[in-house]
Amino acid sequence: MQQNPYLPITMKLVKNLVETEDRLINTFTLEFMNKQDEENFKYMPGQFAELSAYGHGEAPFGIATSPTEPGILKFSVAKVGCVSNALHLMEEGTMVGVRGPMGNYYPIEQFKGKNVVIIGGGFAFTTLRSLAKYMLDDKHRGDYGDITVIYGARNPGLLLYKEELAEWENNPNINLVTTIDRPAEGWTKHVGFIPSITEQIAPSSVDTYAVVCGPPAMIKFTLPVLEKLNFPPERIYTSLEMRMKCGLGICGRCNIGTEYVCKDGPVFSMAQLKELPNEY
Amino acid sequence: MKISKEKFGQAFDALVADYKVIAPVSDGSGIAFTEVKSFSDVKQDYLNSKLPPKAFFFPQHEKLMSYKKEGKDVTVKSELKVENTILFGIRPCDAKGMLLLDKVFKNDQYTDPYYYERREKAVIIGLGCTKIAPTCFCSSFEISPAGSEGSDLFLIDLGDSYEVEVVTEKGKALADRLALAELTADEQALVDKIKSAETPSKIDVSNTTSKLDKMFNSPYWDTLQEKCLGCNVCSFSCPTCHCFDISEEVRKNEGTRVRTWDACMAPLFTLHGSGHNPRDNKKTRWRQRLMHKFNYFVHNNGSMSCVGCGRCIKSCPVNMDIRQVVDGANKAELVVE
Repeated sequence: MQQNPYLPITMKLVKNLVETEDRLINTFTLEFMNKQDEENFKYMPGQFAELSAYGHGEAPFGIATSPTEPGILKFSVAKVGCVSNALHLMEEGTMVGVRGPMGNYYPIEQFKGKNVVIIGGGFAFTTLRSLAKYMLDDKHRGDYGDITVIYGARNPGLLLYKEELAEWENNPNINLVTTIDRPAEGWTKHVGFIPSITEQIAPSSVDTYAVVCGPPAMIKFTLPVLEKLNFPPERIYTSLEMRMKCGLGICGRCNIGTEYVCKDGPVFSMAQLKELPNEY
Repeated sequence: MKISKEKFGQAFDALVADYKVIAPVSDGSGIAFTEVKSFSDVKQDYLNSKLPPKAFFFPQHEKLMSYKKEGKDVTVKSELKVENTILFGIRPCDAKGMLLLDKVFKNDQYTDPYYYERREKAVIIGLGCTKIAPTCFCSSFEISPAGSEGSDLFLIDLGDSYEVEVVTEKGKALADRLALAELTADEQALVDKIKSAETPSKIDVSNTTSKLDKMFNSPYWDTLQEKCLGCNVCSFSCPTCHCFDISEEVRKNEGTRVRTWDACMAPLFTLHGSGHNPRDNKKTRWRQRLMHKFNYFVHNNGSMSCVGCGRCIKSCPVNMDIRQVVDGANKAELVVE
């Protein structure tokens, strides 16, 4: 019999970092307590896990680290509910529960030999960061063509992973475009919403996959741009969020039609989503 | 084969020593599946229980694990004690319902250990229906009121004796403890007659799934839900409904993680942390309920997740009748999009 999928492993919160200027998003770095737990937790970019704040509950969050970063997992979490609030207030060194990895992942096998354009908005950049980090790894970089990241936030203070973005600016292996909604003092890069910046950058759709994550409004206006650039729906991927409990496709709340976002998703192509009812 | 009720009762009482035995008991307001110690406590003449017997595998409220926090540390404990159990007197609709729940609690990726360990240690003794309620419509789903599908051992009441059918290996192990005799020709004729019965009430579901494929945006859902109160009694009394919530019960530094029956008819069921709710009105929730049972489940598992037990019809405070709802969908005009 497989292990009980309802039982979390215990991990140590080694860093609780305030990620954004509005202090609403923290990045938690969790450390595996032993080799066995880490080996059992084999994951890919795009997967998520259920985090337990003991005494408060459990909630699903996308994994922001890449499997190429051993020993730890990172999650960047907005403070919205009971569990996320408890996690935000948690002292470093506290033990948390982790169940996972759960769900499917970005089709990195299909991406091999192709260019990849990653488009992210706001704090939906977590599993996109995992994907970029994975492809940028020395072992994998040769498998992919051009990697372009278009990432935007309302203002500079709301961008996640600022140090890493600065690093990517100077990395010849990745073409990073960052943008903010309105001009801000000291900001010298793009200004404008993601859809218009994407249109301006106009990444070629030839032999290219696009991965788009962000607030619904951003996705809604970015998709027509990609369509104009001739990206077919089969080559546009996104990751969905849903209220979840079990994460195992049993408790019944995260379905879109026949698909359970927790086990059949969270990653879907636009071609797949077109076949599903519009109920998400 | 058959066994006299007297001998069956003796064998039943002997089984109580080795098994936890669950059977229908009259609790004053109806029939409830309850642990019994003697066959004399068993209600033998009944239509069906108020609540389906699914709770013996999937309790309304159960502990998944417990934990204790000490400073920054935590210790997590989970223990699942499962007894060998006999469920006696399960009606064919409910036995089929368990087969459908089996598909949910073991999907293409995961097995739910709480459900499955109980399920594997349980023997189902089915009891054929010789009386049929006006709300029964199991024949709509190729379930026979006296069909043995889903039971391990299956009985039909012949008055002073039971006809006994061994359905599975588990059932055979129990049958070995029964002194079985051959049926007489008259008894066989009676068995055949009972077995050929159908529920007078039947709905036509032959094209329902393919019709629903095209009905997500139908105006049918606009009016369907108007009288529904959203009380969830249909889900809680359904032998195939399986939705649950997971929550935390905390006292000082100790806590328990529990799961509790939930329902897709509950407004908060799909509410995101952000405030967004993909099914934020009764219309979308009713559509989900019907679609799940008669369309999504069929696509995912090959059969409808309704067994025609009629409990939702009996218990609905505003007389919503799933037979009429399905019939309405069958007859609804398709809107060209």
